[in-house]
Amino acid sequence: MAEPVTGFKTVRLTVPVTDEDLAGLAIGTIVYLDGVIYTGREGVYQRVLGDGHPLPLDLPAVSNVNFHCSPAASVDDDGSYRVGGVTATASFRFAKWMTEWFRLSGAKIIIGKGGMSEAHYRELFLPAGAIYLTTVGYGTGALLGRGIRGVRAVHWLEELGNAQAMWVFEVENFGPFIVDSDLEGNSLFEQQARLVNANLENLYSGLRPPALSRYGETDDRKDELI
Amino acid sequence: MIELNQIEEAACRIMANAAIDIPDDYRQGIETMVNSESGDLSCFVLKTMLENWDAATADRRPMCADSGLPRFYVKVGDNARFSGGFTGLERALRSATARATHDIPLRPNRVHPLWRTDHNNNVGINAPEIEWSFEPDVDWIDITTVHKGGLFGTDYRMLFPGDGVDGIKRFFLDTLVAFGKRGLACQPAIVGIGLGGSKDTCMVLGKQAACLRTVGDRNPDPKIAALELELQEIGNSIGMGAMGFVGKSMVADCHIEVGYTHTGGMPMSVHTFCLSSRRATVRIAADGSAAYRTDPQWFTPYMRRETVSWQSPSQDSRQSG
Repeated sequence: MAEPVTGFKTVRLTVPVTDEDLAGLAIGTIVYLDGVIYTGREGVYQRVLGDGHPLPLDLPAVSNVNFHCSPAASVDDDGSYRVGGVTATASFRFAKWMTEWFRLSGAKIIIGKGGMSEAHYRELFLPAGAIYLTTVGYGTGALLGRGIRGVRAVHWLEELGNAQAMWVFEVENFGPFIVDSDLEGNSLFEQQARLVNANLENLYSGLRPPALSRYGETDDRKDELI
Repeated sequence: MIELNQIEEAACRIMANAAIDIPDDYRQGIETMVNSESGDLSCFVLKTMLENWDAATADRRPMCADSGLPRFYVKVGDNARFSGGFTGLERALRSATARATHDIPLRPNRVHPLWRTDHNNNVGINAPEIEWSFEPDVDWIDITTVHKGGLFGTDYRMLFPGDGVDGIKRFFLDTLVAFGKRGLACQPAIVGIGLGGSKDTCMVLGKQAACLRTVGDRNPDPKIAALELELQEIGNSIGMGAMGFVGKSMVADCHIEVGYTHTGGMPMSVHTFCLSSRRATVRIAADGSAAYRTDPQWFTPYMRRETVSWQSPSQDSRQSG
């Protein structure tokens, strides 16, 4: 068996989370959640924010944690649900929905893969008083699956399919997640990337560029593609 | 005679094995990286992944909920006999995909590219992919399934002979750095490289190199084997580890496959397999019995042949004897 991971500050939060809960969270902190969370990604955003359908549940009363996720789950013949693994999808592409989503849903935590840019945290998350948690490794599907205690509801299963439907999960000791953004809009990913970037010039030195160039939006390896 | 229902049952089982149980060779590769990783966040991620694999096997639940694009690689012996013909075998694999998606369960990832239609069973137009190869002198069928995520970590570039090994190294680094940030490529992983062929062949070879060879396996050409090790070392010296955090765990192993190409070009593809490297293989013998393993043994000497005709080693020894 793998040894338990130690050495990082770890906190356990109850959902719905409060402003006080988030105020003390530094980037790099390990977080576990208890309570109710829901999934929502492009299918849900398009349906609610693009097409104008009303929310199918009372947000943020039910939950203020939105997980960018599609579970590995199936519906049995008797209508019950089986959830195996749970893993996040990359969040950067949902940035365009966030301002409206925060306004409508009252979400305070977004969980996903890979975070968003520091610029987006400052522009979109700060006004909403929200933070971002990233899943670990991409992903700890089995550990997160263990944290799901029940399926409270599934909305728009027929309309959006298993992967894009809005799953409402009751969770216990659900994690681990890492705090990527704090309430000032700092990003752990970007802090780490600045350190990595310092070595890049050295890495490429002495390697001749190829004869045929390519069109591209950036040739600077310090830039991100998201 | 191998019956189709035996093939379908075996295919269901490898779908579960791939989704749930991390292959031993790969786990050992990651354990080695944990021991040498100095970046504390990167090390935390790898240790958590080890815990996750333990949990997956203990609970019989998928290690990663992104089932990727489940697919099959089938190697049929010249002397294998099975009921239902090749289209029957393909139907059995499609049926196994649908059943496994519900029963394990896997995430139904497969949708129409334009209409986003989801049949909730990972089956659709051209899905799952089934790639075929053949093997002389044997009577078994090998079936491998691979569940690999598909959004990040893969790229293609037309290089030219004059770009040389510098060009290969640069493009290798470009792909790792670009998709390694924030860990979009789910590194560390086995990185496969396709060199040569036509553009489509180049992509196929690189993908197969990543997904169908094990950690520690080397290309039989000693110079290519040396380049594999050199690229692995370069990848691990970027200064980046798991999730793009500071560290050195990027490339669990590097595998290169080559194909004869246009005299003017040196096309190259790079494919990053997942940190959750999901692959499983079954060999179905002539009597229908199934033996399960995690090494696909896809690239046989026959697959890498260079000449018009092929003589198996056994024929060689018979002739020389």
